[in-house]
Parts: sequence; C-alpha cells; structure tokens
Amino acid sequence: MSFVVNDRWKLYLKGLGKSLLLTVGALALGIVIGVVISIVRTAHDQKRSGEDKISAGLSVGNAICQLYTTIIRGTPMMVQLMIMGFVVFASSRNMQGVAILALGINSGAYVSEIIRSGIMSIDPGQMEAGRSLGMGYGTVMKEVILPQAIKNILPALGNELITLFKDTSLVSVIGMTELTKVARDIQARTYLPMMPYLGIALMYLVVVIIMTWLLGKLERRMRRSDRR
Amino acid sequence: MTEDNVLLRVEHLSKSFGSNLVLDDISEQIRTGEKVCIIGPSGSGKSTFLRCMNLLERPTKGDVFFDGQKITDLSVDVNKVREQMGMVFQHFNLFPNKTVRQNITLAPVRTGHMTQQEADAEADKLLARVNLSEKAEDYPSSLSGGQKQRIAIVRAMAMHPKMMLFDEPTSALDPEMVGEVLNVMKELASEGMTMAVVTHEMGFAREVADRVLFVDEGKIMEQGTPDELFGHPKNRRLQDFLSKVL
Ligand SMILES: Nc1ncnc2c1ncn2[C@@H]1O[C@H](COP(=O)(O)OP(=O)(O)OP(=O)(O)O)[C@@H](O)[C@H]1O
Ligand SMILES: [Mg+2]
Repeated sequence: MSFVVNDRWKLYLKGLGKSLLLTVGALALGIVIGVVISIVRTAHDQKRSGEDKISAGLSVGNAICQLYTTIIRGTPMMVQLMIMGFVVFASSRNMQGVAILALGINSGAYVSEIIRSGIMSIDPGQMEAGRSLGMGYGTVMKEVILPQAIKNILPALGNELITLFKDTSLVSVIGMTELTKVARDIQARTYLPMMPYLGIALMYLVVVIIMTWLLGKLERRMRRSDRR
Repeated sequence: MTEDNVLLRVEHLSKSFGSNLVLDDISEQIRTGEKVCIIGPSGSGKSTFLRCMNLLERPTKGDVFFDGQKITDLSVDVNKVREQMGMVFQHFNLFPNKTVRQNITLAPVRTGHMTQQEADAEADKLLARVNLSEKAEDYPSSLSGGQKQRIAIVRAMAMHPKMMLFDEPTSALDPEMVGEVLNVMKELASEGMTMAVVTHEMGFAREVADRVLFVDEGKIMEQGTPDELFGHPKNRRLQDFLSKVL
C-alpha cells in the first residue's frame, strides 16, 4: 500500500536509478584511477635496477600512489564523503558530481589493488620469456600478461561493483537523493519507518542478486572461451 | 682463437642479491659457433650467470660484451640485444593465452622483423622441423612437457638469434621426454648455433659441448673440454660433484 500512495513508487524508482547511475559513474572513474595507479605501481615493482631511465620519476609516482591507497583504504567511506561534500566541495551544488567523485576516488584505491594483484598473480616467467625475445615491457604486458590477468581481475571487479552499489546508500549524508534518501524523506513525512526501509532493503537485494547472476554468467562464458 | 671470433664476453662480472654475492668476478668468453655447457651444484649461480648474459639480471659489477658491443652500457637498447640472444627456460614459459603458432610469431611480428605472413610461414617451417606441425593451432596446455619445450626452442629460433641460452631445458621433463628435446638441441648445435647450456645432462655435455664450465660458489672453478673435465677433473669440488651426478 504505502508504495502506491501519491505515486511513491515513482520516487523509489527514480532513487534506484540515481543509485545505479552513481555506481556506474564511480566505477568508471575508479577503473580509470585504478588502471593508472596499478600501472605505476607494477612498473615500479617489476623494474630491474638501472634498466629504465625514468626510475626516479617512477619512485616518486609510486610513493604518491602508495600514500593515496593507504589513506583511502584506511579511512571510512562515510568520512571521505563528508570531507568531499562539506569541506572540499562545500560550495558546490552539483552533489551528484561530488558523490561520483568521492565514490570513484575511493573505488580507485581498491580497483588498483585488484588489478595489481591480478598482474602479480601471473608467473614472472611470462614477462621474462617475452622480454628475452626482445619485446618491450609494454608489449609483453599488453599481449601476454594482461590477457591472462584479466581472468582474475574481472570477477574481483564484479565484487567491487556490488560493494560500490551498496556504498551509494551513504551519499544520502551529503544530501544527494538516491534510493536511501528517498526512503528517509518518505519516513520523515509519514513517520512510518518500516515499509520504506524494508522496501529499499529488498530493492538493493534484488539488484545485487541480478548483478551477481549476470557476473556469474560472464565468468562462465570467460571460462568457456578460455581454452588453455 | 682470434679476438674477432668472440661472440660473447663477460669481464669481471659480479652479481649480488642484497648481501648475497652470487657471482664473484667472472671473466669468460664464448666464440661464435661454440657450444658451452655450464654445470655445477644447485644454488651455485649457473642461472644467474646465464641470465646476466642477456641482462635479465643486471650485473652488479663488470661488463658484458655481445657481438662487439658493450651491452651493459645504459645507452644500449636491451631489446635489440635480446632479439639476437634466444633463451629457453626450465619451465618453458610458453604464453598460455596464445596458440602454438601465435607463441612463435608474436615476437618476430611485434619487434618488426617480419610481417604476420612471413612469421606464419616461418612458424610452419620451424614446426615441421620439430615434427609438431599438427599442433600449430593448439594451446600450450594441451601439449606434453617435451612438446612444450620443443615449441619454446622453436619460438626462440624464430627470431633468428646469433646465440641461444638454455637454462636446464630438460630438468622439468619426465625422463621419457628428455631425449626428444636434447635431439632438437643437438640438431641446432650441429647447424653451428652458438650455445650456452646450463644442464645436468652430463651425457649431452660430453657429446655436444666444446667446453664445459664448472661453476661453484659464484666462480668458474674449472673448465676444459668434456674429456678433460669429466676424465681428469682436478678441482676437489668438481670431483665430488661428478661422483654424485655421474
Ligand atoms: N632474484 C633473486 N633474488 C634473490 N636471490 C636470488 C635471486 N635469484 C637467485 N638468487 C640466489 O642466488 C643464488 C644462485 O642462484 P641460481 O639460480 O643462479 O643458482 P643455480 O646454480 O641456477 O641453481 P639451480 O641448479 O638450483 O638452478 C641462490 O642462492 C639464489 O637463492
Ligand atoms: Mg638454475
């Protein structure tokens, strides 16, 4: 009942749409940041002393990336959101942009670790074999390492997608209207907490189940195409 | 043995990992067409020695010269050098995401030595040589160890290197597959390829090597023709070593 009155279901649906939009935007940003950081960090870890001439710059870059992941992974998402929303971008009215930025910056730290460990899980002999044939680091990375690493990276990225989707509920603290905020607003108006909160819990759950199912399908398809 | 015959030369080569001195001031040279086998106990630095030759490991001290060029110079393009020095690993290190044919053609194409067409033709030729033509479109996971290692050798040969480095190419193989790999190596040797082979196959060393180096504690403790080294070992540790492996 309580979902039908005043077309409230439309509000919920719109909220859910926003949550999904935030998820996709943040993941896209997180992947961009994550790829850049993991490239810097693995290049740094795998470099052979003296071989590359940009090693000083690489060390600085590596230190910055390490600092970033340490800070992001060492502080609560909620606190990061509040700092972004109320301190850094206090005067911004584009809360959606701020939310995507905060979630994406957070996600980038985790995505970079996912990619890094995916790359590190590949036998170092693969890189050595490629290099011993005269191919450059980037070529071997692209042709040999990444195509193998992606099989470990994609499933973990799927989990990150789900985590991120659930984390979007936090952005209601900076006043952006997504699914959780819709429920809070309705509860504030009607003083009835049960239906709105149980309702959105169910909606989150359904979406997560659908995502899990789709990811499982993707994974199975990847394994099938994997003829090794 | 004139100077310009020398294809690879190391001078006062030392390599440490942290405080662990693995190679201790080695000077040695390998002539064009020469087959050198490197033997020695486990952990003595054989692999590290070999890997310093194509700079998979950077020497801590000393220099490596290849084909007249001081390749330890930081200005040298290591990739260009490695194109001319094939390497075969104990664990094959084939690329599992590529077919056998792609394993062979990847480097020649990506380094700009051949077009895909030329590389494919080359791969066909090489696969026929090692009797694996029918495996061209298979993935490495479907091959036996001996087949994998023969592909790995052929993959290195596709770059037409001036020299080949082998690091215990048969150590990871079941005994019945050792022969097929050694046969390919013998054939390569008889065609005049310059080879440096770390091996525990004393029979192979005896038959193929022009010279055998006994490495222990990061030094070349003794060297000579297989007859000298196996027949009349002078060094105590070499005598001990031989009594265990022969
Ligand atoms: N990347 C590395 N980092 C640190 N130590 C290393 C590294 N590679 C080799 N070592 C050390 O150097 C020493 C010599 O190793 P190396 O692999 O050259 O020996 P080896 O003669 O090839 O032995 P084996 O017959 O077991 O292959 C060993 O003590 C080893 O632990
Ligand atoms: Mg070794």
